[in-house]
Amino acid sequence: MATKPKSSKKVPAKASKADMLKFYREMLLIRRFEEKAGQLYGMGKIAGFCHLYIGQEAVVTGMQACLKDGDQVITGYRDHGHMLACGLDPNGVMAELTGRIGGLSRGKGGSMHMFSKEKNFYGGHGIVGAQVPLGTGLAFANKYRGNDHVSLAYFGDGAANQGQVYEAFNMASLWKLPVIYVIENNMYAMGTSVERASAEVELFKRGISFEIEGEEVDGMDVLAVREAGQKAVAHARAGKGPYILEMKTYRYRGHSMSDPAKYRKREEVDDIRTHHDPIDGLKGQIIEQGHATEDDLKKIDNEIKAIVKEAADFSLESPEPDPSELWTDVLIEEGAR
Amino acid sequence: MSVDILMPALSPTMEEGTLSKWLKKEGDTVKSGDIIAEIETDKATMEVEAVDEGILSRIVVPEGTEGVKVNAIIAVLASDGEDVSKAEPQADAPPAKAERAEARNAVPETEKPETAAPEQPRAKVMADASVPEGTTFTETTVRDALRDAMAEEMRRDERVFVMGEEVAQYQGAYKVTRELLQEFGERRVIDTPITEHGFAGLGVGAAFAGLRPVVEFMTFNFAMQAIDHIINSAAKTLYMSGGQMGCPIVFRGPNGAASRVGAQHSHDYSAWYAQVPGLKVIAPYSAADAKGLLKAAIRDPNPVVFLEHELLYGQSFPVPDMDDFVLPIGKAAVKREGTDVTLVAHSRMVGFALQAAERLAAEGISAEVIDLRTLRPLDTDTVVESVKKTSRLVCCEEGWRYFGVGAEIAATVVAEAFDYLDAPPIRVHQKDVPLPYAANLEALSLPNADDIVAAAKKVCEGMF
Repeated sequence: MATKPKSSKKVPAKASKADMLKFYREMLLIRRFEEKAGQLYGMGKIAGFCHLYIGQEAVVTGMQACLKDGDQVITGYRDHGHMLACGLDPNGVMAELTGRIGGLSRGKGGSMHMFSKEKNFYGGHGIVGAQVPLGTGLAFANKYRGNDHVSLAYFGDGAANQGQVYEAFNMASLWKLPVIYVIENNMYAMGTSVERASAEVELFKRGISFEIEGEEVDGMDVLAVREAGQKAVAHARAGKGPYILEMKTYRYRGHSMSDPAKYRKREEVDDIRTHHDPIDGLKGQIIEQGHATEDDLKKIDNEIKAIVKEAADFSLESPEPDPSELWTDVLIEEGAR
Repeated sequence: MSVDILMPALSPTMEEGTLSKWLKKEGDTVKSGDIIAEIETDKATMEVEAVDEGILSRIVVPEGTEGVKVNAIIAVLASDGEDVSKAEPQADAPPAKAERAEARNAVPETEKPETAAPEQPRAKVMADASVPEGTTFTETTVRDALRDAMAEEMRRDERVFVMGEEVAQYQGAYKVTRELLQEFGERRVIDTPITEHGFAGLGVGAAFAGLRPVVEFMTFNFAMQAIDHIINSAAKTLYMSGGQMGCPIVFRGPNGAASRVGAQHSHDYSAWYAQVPGLKVIAPYSAADAKGLLKAAIRDPNPVVFLEHELLYGQSFPVPDMDDFVLPIGKAAVKREGTDVTLVAHSRMVGFALQAAERLAAEGISAEVIDLRTLRPLDTDTVVESVKKTSRLVCCEEGWRYFGVGAEIAATVVAEAFDYLDAPPIRVHQKDVPLPYAANLEALSLPNADDIVAAAKKVCEGMF
């Protein structure tokens, strides 16, 4: 069984001009959206827990490009980027963050709990690791129905130590379920580094005991993510069972908004931002390959800024839920909406 | 256009902080993500990142300033090409708030939190299914009634499948899934590894995707490993999704004390699950109720916890010979009419309550026996109506007393029928210890018909 780390002299993944510009736009939307969310949090408009995805944009953007309509996505609480990648309305996501009726969960879920049956996004789960058996269940449903859809279950390096993850691995492999486990290894489970929490730090190897293939991927390179993702998705879609992708990535911000991130050095963050930023990296390739000029990209930046501004405005203008919403959606009742 | 940089909050409770250091000076170009300043509170130091790009045209709050209110303008950023010297704080910028709480509530001028919560709507109590006149009945064990319910629902709906430990080849640890594998095959009757947390979560995921899983726990004692998925994933998601993500799943298996199996295999979880909004909780006594309610549970679009009892599996009751016998969830049944005292019970305790009523009748006390059948939603109307007639209440449950089902029933009756009560309600329950193994101690620990008779006589003291 193959379980391989990323080769150090890998041929860079290639992509068309259209794909590269699309990825640039999608990653930038997540980056700007999250920056705005951070700003609104600082202003007291967003409350509670708010986990930003800044720095990890290439992972969801590259993986989403491997899916077809009807494939499912599920993740943990650092989920805004996944929702935007799945095509959920930025206005609805931002208004959920501000706790308004225009939010995707009508203001009842918050940052960690949004869902969309229409876009096959299954949350948004706040209990570390819970999404792994749940995502395996989505794959079970695909196999049960005999369709060729796959599910992506994202989780972090922290969740990778949860017992239920291995219970799910076992069943997924035993029953050959079409699920791709995407481990977003951003090096810190809240404030605890992978080295301090994991006996085996090469997380792509965590499926070995379950006969699940795993691979390490440069999660700061959207094209590398897509290339690895396509292989993993094809594997699962062909009925060969689950696959593990360990995305080596990095979050620039603290674990949540109230984390000053004192457990790592400023130089470490700066080094990644300067040399490995997923958006700057792709931007460089786009310009180098002559697909667009700085000015062209600036235009995209401005369009994204306008989308994010509209989302922020909507999220502040949308009213709070009506008090009657307190009692709705506890149970599905006959004749209810 | 210039952009104001505001004093950020580091946490939901921060009201002000110290601007300890500027890392950029006036005239510097900043990119979004650049660290421009450091701020401090009594709890932490944190860096302020720029969220826009441009030129830092004016520092409004100099470094070293203490007590800077959250949302105060600390600097102004001019966009590329703008005349830096003219950049001024925006007139419509939010003013610095004196009170943090005020800033947080400065959202639309709708109702403030002092708005009282609207009253909880009462659960609709459905009419009981009528059994047509002339229907014949067949004596059936609870075990077979449960099996028949699953088989009928699996024939009716392709989405229904059964999973759990030993449900398929072994034919069920307690033979409740007997012969399902033969009829429906291994695609729909699935043996799982002994990993309750994992397969409960997998079942919930399959339910999110629109299947109708029936997840069997060999006993509910083992479901404690899975309770996170039952509550956090199954029960709460509909609400957290604003009504989008339903979870049509049934968690079923034996609950409560078996016989001489010790404390870890004898726990009654009725009160635990019945406390959780977003779940329906059923705990039947008779075979007919087990069948009709399990069929309803499988059809229900919500997560249902279905608590069976190992010591009832082998007991037989008449079950109507009907093609599709479905009972409403949330409706209690008056199992015996009486006028002097109301005995409320569920699951195996209903049998003891009926025995007690028989014995009480011989002593001239007429007891009404109510089988709750469903614990959530709880049919308090039937109980309250009964107490209005009898004026006395005994609550019977197999579980511990503290924060239990009996406590909830008693509190509801006191709140809704206080003036009708002639005596304080009494609870019959398991002794407040982990269930012992020794036969004599186990018998002393568990509630039985004697306890109910004694309790009924106590509430009836002075009646005559």
